[in-house]
Amino acid sequence: MKADPIGVATGSYYIDGDHACAEGAIAAGCRFLAGYPITPSTEVAERVAERFPKVGGMFIQMEDELASMAAVVGASWTGTKSMTVTSGPGFSLMMENLGLGAMMETPCVVVNVQRGGPSTGLPTLTGQADMMQARWGSHGDYEIIALSPNSPQECFDLTITAFNLSEQWRVPVLFMMDECVGHMTEKVVIPEPDEIEVLPRKYYQGDKESYRPFKFNGAADLAPMIKAGDGYFIHITGLTHDERGYPIINAEAQGKNVSHLVDKIRNNVEKISIFEEDCIDDADVVVVSYGISSRVALKAVEDARAKGIKVGTLRLVTVWPFPEGRIQQLAGKVKSFVVPEINMGQIVLEVERAAKGKAKAILVPHAGGWVHDPDDILAAIEEGAA
Amino acid sequence: MSETEQEFTETLTIPPPEEDLHHPMEQYLRMERLPHIWCSTCGIGTIITAFISGLQKSELDREKVAVVSGIGCSGRAAGYLRLDSFHSTHGRAIPFATGLALGNPDLKVAVISGDGDLVAIGGNHLIHAARRNINMTIVCINNFNYAMTGGQAGPTTPLEANASTAPYGCYEFPFNLPYLAESSGAVYVARWTALHIRRLTNAIAEALLKPGFSFIEVICPCTTLYARRNRLGDGLDLMRFYHDNAIIRHGADTREVDIGFQDRIIVGKFIDKEKPTFLEKRDQYLKSKLGEQFIPYKGPNDGH
Ligand SMILES: Cc1ncc(C[n+]2csc(CCOP(=O)(O)OP(=O)(O)O)c2C)c(N)n1
Ligand code: SF4
Ligand SMILES: [Mg+2]
Repeated sequence: MKADPIGVATGSYYIDGDHACAEGAIAAGCRFLAGYPITPSTEVAERVAERFPKVGGMFIQMEDELASMAAVVGASWTGTKSMTVTSGPGFSLMMENLGLGAMMETPCVVVNVQRGGPSTGLPTLTGQADMMQARWGSHGDYEIIALSPNSPQECFDLTITAFNLSEQWRVPVLFMMDECVGHMTEKVVIPEPDEIEVLPRKYYQGDKESYRPFKFNGAADLAPMIKAGDGYFIHITGLTHDERGYPIINAEAQGKNVSHLVDKIRNNVEKISIFEEDCIDDADVVVVSYGISSRVALKAVEDARAKGIKVGTLRLVTVWPFPEGRIQQLAGKVKSFVVPEINMGQIVLEVERAAKGKAKAILVPHAGGWVHDPDDILAAIEEGAA
Repeated sequence: MSETEQEFTETLTIPPPEEDLHHPMEQYLRMERLPHIWCSTCGIGTIITAFISGLQKSELDREKVAVVSGIGCSGRAAGYLRLDSFHSTHGRAIPFATGLALGNPDLKVAVISGDGDLVAIGGNHLIHAARRNINMTIVCINNFNYAMTGGQAGPTTPLEANASTAPYGCYEFPFNLPYLAESSGAVYVARWTALHIRRLTNAIAEALLKPGFSFIEVICPCTTLYARRNRLGDGLDLMRFYHDNAIIRHGADTREVDIGFQDRIIVGKFIDKEKPTFLEKRDQYLKSKLGEQFIPYKGPNDGH
């Protein structure tokens, strides 16, 4: 389906990633945002607060991020595409109801414009240290989808992808920006509405008695949803439940419910994953990166090639689910992976795990506050090629 | 079998049900989920009955009524009601309900949950939803303790009452819920006990029909934990206590309705006033500022 023209501000702009993300959400059909101000994400909420009244959307500034996330899950069950936006400290508070969203299989988008942590950390400066929290932040076993844009243009484009993925897989999708991308101003082209593909929610059509809000087969054909207020009298709970949504507290029900939450993503990694590769075929070293670090790495890659090192790049656009299979394939061919990230080693652990010792995984850490010095990445590439 | 045993067994023999024997509230209950988890003589079931009667009395289209609970014995309410029902996380029933109420303005959302859920962990959400005057009805089941987790002290445990985490008695000052709700902005505030079924039913009907944030506190016996620990007797004793100690005082100053341990309980409708709801205020205000540019949220809306 094509985007509703009312939400698409077609044109060419010079805006930052936060503003582009807001426009992407509105273009994607998002009409509910509940949030709480936090640097460096606030501009997303501010732009939405200004734009929503003119496109028929509903913005509410909640009392905290616990409430924001809970409201988003509730609003999504009314049939409105819903989102929230935050940064590290707020992301921590959202974990409780992010788990609820995962358990209730509720489509929604959570934007995290990452800053340096832990705790209040570096409110105004960049970081990429919430990547593992994105994957494991709420308690219990579940799978999630997370994307990481590396430019304002992608903040627009991929926010739409995030909404589409959340509808397709009935799962909260995490939009893991970083302060650099959020506050970087570049040209952003918003296309015509009929060039924007949006995925409408899949609704159940059939008799009310036989409706089941869940289908636990771990496959791609998830149960279609209904809207609260349509007379289905659904029950939806955060407790372990059956396909009717009714709580069942035993190991067998837990097995079915949790396996489904995990399998629906794990069995479909290939369908969900988005990554970009360059000069991979004859590479000895592959730089695996995401977000702003993928752009900083380009300088190091150029310098390495100038020195005659065969280096390729793999940029994770979706970071979760992790494209384990692809890394495994490459591990058989390349000597090493170089992973620059603005944290003390997170995604490098996934690379290492997937490589299973067949190729080295070299971390280029950065504690946050600024991007890498490309020379540090270059040094790691040289080490990896040796 | 002794004679008394035989007699006992005979009295227990229930005659086979006639074909069309149905519980009058069957339509409103998820019969397939019964029996429920509540202890016998717990007051929560009575409150559910009053809720269903109140809903019927309100004549609201039940398809447009959603119910949300948090976590706790009281929080299980949503799970038994045949309405669109959501069982959220501990303390977050009100923000979850806010999402529903704003996401679909045609819905009337009722939150049924416990004192711990709504006032301790969810206290911040309670006061802010009241301040905004979100269109929702809160039924706060106050059993003076955290029952689900085994009878710990909570924000409404009266001074000196015993609880598992207040083994020598409670020395924290409790909240006065009607006062809290009123001062936070609720447009309808009432308190009843699980004994006052007819009045509670009427209050629920009235609150459901009242646009804006309505708050009903229901004093409820938790026989298994709070009553046993404090040696207050069985279910009937508690009902007798409510009968003897509840004082109906409509319009009472909410500052004066706090509850002491085994003290008088002032009940009644305390507040019933007019104030624009969040959505009314928002629409009217934005329209005045933006004129023709303003497009009211009609939801449910996914941009199509
Ligand atoms: C975040 C979180 N903390 C603690 C708990 C454990 N817990 C479950 S119910 C409950 C208290 C419920 O008390 P109340 O709301 O008064 O309900 P009651 O059981 O008394 O009806 C607690 C602390 C939880 N489920 N989630
Ligand atoms: S523990 Fe108390 S509140 Fe919970 S069901 Fe039993 S009597 Fe009711
Ligand atoms: Mg309680």
